[in-house]
Amino acid sequence: MIVAVDYKAGNLTSVQLAFEHLGEKVLITDKPGDILRAERVVFPGVGAAGAAMANLRSLGLIEPIREVIERGTPFLGICIGIQLLLGYSDEDGGVECTGIVKGRAKKFSSADPMCKIPQMGWNGLSFTRSHPLLEGIENQSEFYFVHSYYPAVEDESIVIGRTDYADVNFAAMIARGNLAAVQFHPERSGRIGLKMLANFAKWEGTC
Amino acid sequence: MLTKRIIPCLDVRDRKVTKGVKFQNNIELGDPIEMAVAYSDGGCDELVFYDITASAQRRPIDIEMVREVAKVVHIPFAVGGGIENLEDMRRVLLAGAEKVSVNSLAVRNPKIIAEGAREFGAQCIVLGMDPVKVEDLQKFPSGYEITIRGFRERTGIDALEWAKQAEGLGAGEIVVNSVDADGTREGFELNLTRLISTSVRIPVVASGGAGEPRHLAEVFTAGKADAAIIASMIHTGQYTIRQIKDELIGANIHIRKKW
Repeated sequence: MIVAVDYKAGNLTSVQLAFEHLGEKVLITDKPGDILRAERVVFPGVGAAGAAMANLRSLGLIEPIREVIERGTPFLGICIGIQLLLGYSDEDGGVECTGIVKGRAKKFSSADPMCKIPQMGWNGLSFTRSHPLLEGIENQSEFYFVHSYYPAVEDESIVIGRTDYADVNFAAMIARGNLAAVQFHPERSGRIGLKMLANFAKWEGTC
Repeated sequence: MLTKRIIPCLDVRDRKVTKGVKFQNNIELGDPIEMAVAYSDGGCDELVFYDITASAQRRPIDIEMVREVAKVVHIPFAVGGGIENLEDMRRVLLAGAEKVSVNSLAVRNPKIIAEGAREFGAQCIVLGMDPVKVEDLQKFPSGYEITIRGFRERTGIDALEWAKQAEGLGAGEIVVNSVDADGTREGFELNLTRLISTSVRIPVVASGGAGEPRHLAEVFTAGKADAAIIASMIHTGQYTIRQIKDELIGANIHIRKKW
């Protein structure tokens, strides 16, 4: 069973419906025990980093998340999920995050007044290497993004795909062992996004 | 590079998609769920549903329809019409919509934009506006006045002022639906779209008047729109989304090519 972590950061309906469409069962939960028992963990969410971290902390979910990642459970962070895996976010005046991946979430800024923030819409993912989650997906495929902050990771070797926006070329997909995370929303990215989720549903957590 | 979005609009009345001209003389076109799946499979980038009579009839939005759409459509979609408060927004978003669109409600109660953005995130809150061209530039410096309740009522509010106010309140996106162009299929209202899109930092969606692919090319270049809503030109079967996108590729517009 796939367990989706519910820490009151937005709406998990679309993640649940996307997996159900693929014939997968999803348990939406805020209980540490459910996460620790999961076969696979999805860590989704939208919204602000400050409130999201505060909720994770008060629900006691940070340690279980760290534990399943260390233990080898296939794990997929989505949107704010990728940012919370980093050490720090510039959002909300600066927020200490989980630090599971070295890096920092930075805000888009652009001198071009026509560059809209948030980035909202479909943008291409340039693969930097192959990965089981990309099986059957063409390089440069477009995914749906909605975000004002982007992940800046320190370890280049974990970057799987990059995307250009607001004069930056950022890591839109990262992976390390059983951990994968994406800035875009595969659950909103049509057939190609569903393909990535289907790949995750059968992924053993190895690269 | 971020692509320009093409968004079919489904005006729904009693579970049927309808389309009128300048908000009048609506005819029935089909089942909203079937049409949504066909457009999503056909390559549209997002969808918007307006429960067009909910607001006028003062009845709640059709949540069951939103749920059914969310089960079969895995691209973003927005829902508008009949949203009266935060609870309505919550129901629509939990049913699986990516965004909610407020229009008349936001004019009556602008605070709802800020409250919705705080509660659900700015990216969920779309301000829809129905501006009409006016002569009185003293009262309306942009040359456009906001109307509400499907053009039934004028508000005395300047369109550009309202767009800036909505951005300040936390709207994540603005849909500019020209009353003058709606359903005419003679092209988008380029001036107002450009005026608003160059005055705010949030995405602006042009709506009303799309009849040919070149109208979309115009609104993405001259109109500076981030996305464009289409209705009649695909509802009638005159164009497929593939045909529209092929023409846009030919015009060097950056759009999503594979789906």
